[in-house]
Amino acid sequence: MAVATGNSFASRFGVHIAVLVFVVIWTIPTLGILVSSLRDKDQIIASGWWNSFASSSQTEAGRLPPASAQTQKDGKYVIEGNIFGDGAKRAISAFGVKAAAPTQYPAGTSVDLGDGVSLQLNADGSFVLASPKAFEGDRGQRVYYASSAPPKFTTDNYKTVMFSEGIGRSFMNSLTVTIPATVIPILIAAFAAYALAWMRFPGRALLIAVIIGLLVVPLQMSLIPLLRLYNGVGTFFGVPSKTYLGIWLAHTGFGLPFAIYLLRSYIAGLPREIMESARIDGASDFEIFVKIVLPLSFPVLASFAIFQFLWVWNDLLVAMVFLGTAPDQIVLTAKLNALLGSRGGNWEILTTSAFITIIVPLIVFFSLQRYFVRGLLAGSVKGG
Amino acid sequence: MAAQIFSAIFVIIIGVGGCVAYFWGANKLLDLIFPSRGVSGTAAVNNLRRQGLVRPWLFVGPALIILTIYLIYPVIATLWLSFFDRGGTNFVGAANYEWALRDPDLRNAILNNILWLAVVPAACTFLGLIIAVLTDKIWWGTIAKSLIFLPLAISFVGASVIWKFIYEYRGEGQIQIGLLNAIIQYFGGQPQVWISLPFWNNFFLMVILIWIQTGFAMVILSSALRGIPEETLEAAVIDGANPFQIFWKIMVPQIWGTIAVVWTTITILVLKVFDIVLTMTNGQWNSQVLANLMFDWMFRGGGDFGRGATIAIIIMIAVIPIMIWNIRQANKETGGH
Repeated sequence: MAVATGNSFASRFGVHIAVLVFVVIWTIPTLGILVSSLRDKDQIIASGWWNSFASSSQTEAGRLPPASAQTQKDGKYVIEGNIFGDGAKRAISAFGVKAAAPTQYPAGTSVDLGDGVSLQLNADGSFVLASPKAFEGDRGQRVYYASSAPPKFTTDNYKTVMFSEGIGRSFMNSLTVTIPATVIPILIAAFAAYALAWMRFPGRALLIAVIIGLLVVPLQMSLIPLLRLYNGVGTFFGVPSKTYLGIWLAHTGFGLPFAIYLLRSYIAGLPREIMESARIDGASDFEIFVKIVLPLSFPVLASFAIFQFLWVWNDLLVAMVFLGTAPDQIVLTAKLNALLGSRGGNWEILTTSAFITIIVPLIVFFSLQRYFVRGLLAGSVKGG
Repeated sequence: MAAQIFSAIFVIIIGVGGCVAYFWGANKLLDLIFPSRGVSGTAAVNNLRRQGLVRPWLFVGPALIILTIYLIYPVIATLWLSFFDRGGTNFVGAANYEWALRDPDLRNAILNNILWLAVVPAACTFLGLIIAVLTDKIWWGTIAKSLIFLPLAISFVGASVIWKFIYEYRGEGQIQIGLLNAIIQYFGGQPQVWISLPFWNNFFLMVILIWIQTGFAMVILSSALRGIPEETLEAAVIDGANPFQIFWKIMVPQIWGTIAVVWTTITILVLKVFDIVLTMTNGQWNSQVLANLMFDWMFRGGGDFGRGATIAIIIMIAVIPIMIWNIRQANKETGGH
């Protein structure tokens, strides 16, 4: 592949641009929720996340202080102050006194409101309202203004979803489901894979064919009978039918065909000489497996563990069928699905929760990408 | 919560410990029953032979039991249940299948599934192949591939939230916080509620799966492309082939087998697509698919297991050709050894 196809500068440049376009398209969606999850929740709805590094501008309404705040200056009655009160770091670009034209005048101009009354509103929020006659009434002058606020980033959203939306609890539930469901199948699959690769027994070929067939059997085929089975077992023994034990075993079962297939193709490829010399030295199958095959198979065991971890962590269907939706059992994916229904418009909650659900897979993925890719290649290229 | 963590750790220890104890114990037991050391020659040979008959089954036993309970039995039971009523107790013959032929929702789901099957595997394979070829030519290709590969680690639900945010709609003239509508509005177009546009919304859902799976196709195809002998490509260049000819006439035919594998893998995934539809539309606005419809029937009004099982069988029927092809391929490989 080192052969360059088309060496001209233009085509080289074109390749860089094309790849850049793909990378941008593939990255931007994830970037969007990461940035949004760190934004102030008022700013998320005020402007698109791609504007989050620019100031966000919004049109607001306010009321100047009432007549009681007036002072006399140079024979005029004057009300002065700052519309932001505390002097928040915002800038006014334009203002107006009618709701229909909230940005009629640029900031800093002095406007005649009739009857000799003038109003000046400056960019920093300070204002001067002056009149030849005394102000009356306890309702101040209404003003409208367009202000821009500097970008504001916060981790408040994370605190909110972790502690008050139940995501923290679901995170623990997901870990509870995932870790045993990843660890348990490994040893079971490894022994079966060794037997299918290196031991001769009647029915071996059939068993391999069955496992390859089961690789593609849709999960949907298992759900209803297992649900009935679990309910039956639950009623018979008087125990709940939705338990962590149930989902651990279910994930083990669903993961086994791929585990056996992946491990078998790797273990079958180990050099025959090692096995034979060990056998001549008097090692039994059990000893060969434990002392030779297991240590040599570490890379493929790691590949499978990553696959199973990602698959179980990201699973929604199995969790929805075999686990309850109470806070003590609901996993992250199911929780996120529930939030989509109940918190449909609260993007600060949805983006933050989504980012929490994907952060663990992303860490696993980036730190162990080598094993992941190896498993992917072994799992699909060799036999398909 | 502490109790939950403790029980999880406890189960790992019990589970792994139990497996170790079983394999070690069963193996030890076999050696005790049929001793091969410290007995006379013929007895040892006989016992070794007996051990050889039993030991493979000790090794595959646990896997076989779990596979039987969780996959083999359910496949048969689902087929069986598809001939029964909603509670799974009364035999109804082919009534569920007759219903399946007439039901408009199911027909809609099948048509949508066909649409998905026509678009997603093709799009993923095509994009994956293009990206694999392009990234192989540049120095930062590995980084680019990593980034395009990344969505593969994201759950379908997470991806749905990500894309729902992109499709977010605000009324015309308002500030659009969804990227797609913001772009449309920037160029003077009309913002749309993308996921409720009948027919077209299917494509907006498919984009999510394509976004996730292109990385998979890319990695597999990229590795296959590296397997093409350099001389072949050099010869083509010397013969004056242009890049497009090299791509279509040399590269693609050489990796045809791998393309088929990628295509079928994604096809199976598409047949099972559930999470994306559930979280984005739950089948509303004519976006239903089989897997989501089945889930719906499993729990709708207490659940109709007969119809649910029938839908599962329909998905299974679609998978069977791929299954047979896979087994044949595998037999060919092991036959060659």
